[in-house]
Amino acid sequence: MQRLLSSEFVHNYRHNIPAVLGSLLVLAFACLAIFGPLLVWQDPYDVSQLELMDSFKPPVWLDGGDPHYLLGTDGQGRDVLASIIYGARISAFIGIAAMACSCVIGTTLGLISGYYGGMLDAVIMRVADIQLSFPSMLIALFLMSAFGNGIGMILIALTAVGWVVYARTVRGSTLSEIQKEYIQAARVAGLSDTEIIRRHVLPNVLTPLIVVSTIQVGSFILIEASLSFLGVGVPITEPSLGLLVKEGFDVLFSGIWWTSAFPGLFIMFLVFGINLFGDFLRDELNPRLR
Amino acid sequence: MLGYTIKRLLQMVLVLFVVSIIVFLMMSFTGDPVFMVIPIDSTQAEIEQARRLLGLDQSLFSQYWIFLSNLLQGDFGRSYVFRQPAMDLILERLPATMEMVLVAMAFATLIAIPLGVYAGANPNRTASRGIMAASLFGISLPGFWVGMMLIYFFSVRHPFLPSSGRGETIEILGLRLSIFTADGWSHILLPAVTLALATLAIILRITRAGMMEVMRQDYIRFARAKGASRTHILFAHGLKNALIPVVTIFGLQLGDLIAFATITETIFAWPGTGKLLIDSIYRGDRPVIVVYLMLTAFIFVVINFLVDIVYTVIDPRITVK
Repeated sequence: MQRLLSSEFVHNYRHNIPAVLGSLLVLAFACLAIFGPLLVWQDPYDVSQLELMDSFKPPVWLDGGDPHYLLGTDGQGRDVLASIIYGARISAFIGIAAMACSCVIGTTLGLISGYYGGMLDAVIMRVADIQLSFPSMLIALFLMSAFGNGIGMILIALTAVGWVVYARTVRGSTLSEIQKEYIQAARVAGLSDTEIIRRHVLPNVLTPLIVVSTIQVGSFILIEASLSFLGVGVPITEPSLGLLVKEGFDVLFSGIWWTSAFPGLFIMFLVFGINLFGDFLRDELNPRLR
Repeated sequence: MLGYTIKRLLQMVLVLFVVSIIVFLMMSFTGDPVFMVIPIDSTQAEIEQARRLLGLDQSLFSQYWIFLSNLLQGDFGRSYVFRQPAMDLILERLPATMEMVLVAMAFATLIAIPLGVYAGANPNRTASRGIMAASLFGISLPGFWVGMMLIYFFSVRHPFLPSSGRGETIEILGLRLSIFTADGWSHILLPAVTLALATLAIILRITRAGMMEVMRQDYIRFARAKGASRTHILFAHGLKNALIPVVTIFGLQLGDLIAFATITETIFAWPGTGKLLIDSIYRGDRPVIVVYLMLTAFIFVVINFLVDIVYTVIDPRITVK
């Protein structure tokens, strides 16, 4: 622990204001999502706790604001802050779970591709090339329109667009790792291919993935929000932040801005925090870019 | 060069072929289109009849064969909703989308490149750090939300810009365009700005990274020593050599803009192809979705091809394999 604290990495981190700021933002949002339900008095999806009389109350600092509802209420009398907290849990879950699925599948394919080469490699990489020439947003939109709404479907769609970057990165590092002597030594020692991949190649290709996964969580949260905004994302019963913004859009023209402005701000600062931290990691873990 | 071009063209055809298979397979999962075309009170016999007419009673493989041969003969199917050829529907709306995408791209490029050059040439100045932080912020923005907030401020709170539609259009070379009328400009401003933000941030970051790399090179020091002016060094020596990654990302971003135009068009009720796609998804209008996807796939493939060709023009060192 002492060694970790005095390492160059930690030193650079402590002197990098944006990185500290970014991780604090992420930490704050994570705490809000995890412990938030304990802080707000209303469960926005328990109908018995909703007061229709309290619909469209503005935020507390405006005329007509109610101290019960810090950020105002929506058309069903739901506390906007409470909806955001519950929505953030769904958004964050989708972002992280989809990243984990992409990472596992992409890394496996990348290892196979780089280690064995040949036809398998050619096929995997061509598929990746074709996929990279299309915007991930459009692929995800298309998959969602074919499969229909639902959190499971979003995870599949995001994984389908997300695996490529892992496969390519891992394949590249694998190709350069297997040239090295320790791999040959392991071969001579009689280890099977699977053992070599698992125990020797895998640990050595993981570092660049830290950066990729960090940034990907942010972009997945944005893609999910956009899909839900378009109405092909999460179902109404499990509203993520994007769906909250969409619901707010319908009343925006009557001047009710708080039901859409705050969920959007939340997405923005969450993703900004992730990106700030990811940017720092990229500079630290990828010495070539310094 | 010719051999390379032919090889790339063949690759394009192959990619489009693969895309057509994927689009076809996916679309056959989206439920039974027969219920889109028949009246609700049809009898079982009428349903069977419609199914035969649509070719749905045949095997998946022969359905694909019919689909592909129709595509190649220029028959893209008719919209279930509008009862018109799907291709016509899309082509009619394509100028609106292209107009918005190109205006957004112009905004993004004109602002991003000078800022990127500045930030790359003076990486340690406070202004440069500010630019970089702002660009990271730009990447983190949910585009649809920005559009809504712009609508709120400029159309609801202080109503001086319209929030929907294209405004007045004039016909030029058979295309209905709105960028040549003042009313058209007032309509395109908000959607184009919304669409441009993310692209602006990305092009800025790529330009800056390229400039930082280039400014370290010996030829820049030499140009300084020989007394070239600072602007000349930055743009003629620096930017010109930093352009390769910018061109790649430019092509990719053009594709992204077309994809994200679906969202912007939905928010601003812009009568383009993206809004048509979203409406068609809601209505289950399968032929329109298929044509949209094939057409955008075609556009992307062409953009990628052009980017590869442009490389060799910008940088003669890149020899084609």
